[in-house]
Amino acid sequence: MNNSKWLPYYLIAPSALFMALFFLYPFLQIFAEAFLNSNGEVSLGNFSQVINDFNFMPALKNTLLLTAVVVPVQLVMAIGMALMVSKMNKGRDNILYIWTIPLGISDLAAGIIWLAILEQFGFLNSFLHAVSLIDGPAAWLNYQHPIALFFAVAVAEIWRGTAILLVILVSGLGLIPKEYEEAGKIFGANYWQRLWKITLPLLRPSIQSALILRTLLALEVFAVVMMLGGTDMPVLMSETFNWQFSYRDTGAASAYAVLIMAVSVLITGFYVKVLNVPKEARG
Amino acid sequence: MKSPVANSASAQVQGLARFNPFSRRLSPQNNAWRWLFWAGVSILILWVLAPIGLLIINAISTPAQVNGWPKSIAPGIHTDTLMFFWNYNGVISALINSILAAVFTMIIAILLGAPAGYALARFVFRGMTTYKMIIVMSRAFPMPLLALPLAVIFIQVGIDDSLIGLAFVHATLALPFSVLITSSLFMGIPVELEEAAWTMGCDRWQAFRKVVLPLAAPGIAASAVFAFVISWNEVFASAILTVQNRTLTAFLVQSLAESPAEIKFAGGLVLVVPALLFLFAIRKYLFSMWGISNR
Repeated sequence: MNNSKWLPYYLIAPSALFMALFFLYPFLQIFAEAFLNSNGEVSLGNFSQVINDFNFMPALKNTLLLTAVVVPVQLVMAIGMALMVSKMNKGRDNILYIWTIPLGISDLAAGIIWLAILEQFGFLNSFLHAVSLIDGPAAWLNYQHPIALFFAVAVAEIWRGTAILLVILVSGLGLIPKEYEEAGKIFGANYWQRLWKITLPLLRPSIQSALILRTLLALEVFAVVMMLGGTDMPVLMSETFNWQFSYRDTGAASAYAVLIMAVSVLITGFYVKVLNVPKEARG
Repeated sequence: MKSPVANSASAQVQGLARFNPFSRRLSPQNNAWRWLFWAGVSILILWVLAPIGLLIINAISTPAQVNGWPKSIAPGIHTDTLMFFWNYNGVISALINSILAAVFTMIIAILLGAPAGYALARFVFRGMTTYKMIIVMSRAFPMPLLALPLAVIFIQVGIDDSLIGLAFVHATLALPFSVLITSSLFMGIPVELEEAAWTMGCDRWQAFRKVVLPLAAPGIAASAVFAFVISWNEVFASAILTVQNRTLTAFLVQSLAESPAEIKFAGGLVLVVPALLFLFAIRKYLFSMWGISNR
């Protein structure tokens, strides 16, 4: 066919153009907004304004700490759940569906769900009252209890974000040929030996991509924090939102955006280096 | 009808199920393990479902119960809170806006994504790896941040505070998924079927429309639903880009400080239910969507 040579280009052109227009162009524009001052000169004014803001260090600290607490817990839970799923016969599909339900729940809705449990008049306090651990409503989700607020957000994030890891790991487990494990069995390895020496090493490419994706999403934590903590617990995304929406300062908000991207790139690089997947093991 | 992709997935499922240590011997030790195993599974099911159940309880309480103390887990079924939400100023238009933005997103993602998916599945061409890499990588990019410069650009071109502008941003989130999902779908449909249609006198487009499309339709619908859910759930870009024409998520975030608690809980339920129903409908495709993320 005559047009065969060009056909694939015609087919990808609309999507490529769209991504160039709405991804590449605004991506470059973020840097322009961040690095230019109002006179159009190159300056670091936006960055020094943002970094010297009293909320910057808490926001950075909260975001990184949250990521450091949430992601490892999620990874361990997701690996455990994926291994459980791989041992199931009956009911496997239904249990897997239930476990992946949070995948369809927005971070905002997840925040609301945990607000219902953890707020002053919430179900947790009512339960604690019923077993006479507290006398009356106690407000945990405010700046007076930063540690309680932090763990409330962490629990909500763990609840919401584990499903994405689970899905990636379950499909990763499905890609491992059964022969390896059967061979391990024949050589007399018990379940835990097979897990540590065969399954987990073979799962490493999936673990790597799941970790990268989940960590980057954790750095974008926003609505859960807004719902549970309001302005009492600043994170990078909520500060970005405030600079843009409340203070109407796109330059400062863009400086935040550049910082978030920089942290994302650094962490991705770290994972790629630490969890170095040999080329032949890549799917 | 099951698509070939789903078939290969269920073959994997059977492969996993075949390997089951608990079905071998029933020694007392095995029984203990088995008990522990299902206890763990049950706890994790409860961990996922119980919080959603508590939200539902809150949403079907009366506003007085929502703000009351202490809470009961069986407050009876009342529609007061949901009716209050429904009649609250701005809620209905926010709901309509959310649906419109999600439908626009869905249309853009499929119209642009499916042809690209087909190209990736059927052709080998220069620049293919680069294109594919950009698509795969872009899923890890914090797309909602793009709303910042676009807010400025949209004012210049006159589509600020519009749902189509918001849908453009949501489509940058959804498009990579629809390209990858549809390409894996088309790969699962044997090219021989198309070639047979060509020899019977169909041109490329006819063969695609009459042979490939009917086979791929359920999967394409699933990826459209996924695009809908992505837009429906997105918060940051919605809250930045819509002010008067705000979506439900933007409405809930922007009115966080002044809206009463029952509005939040009813709004939460309204956000959760459609997303869950849609995901239930496409659940068997969920793994072909994320499985390919390993490649």
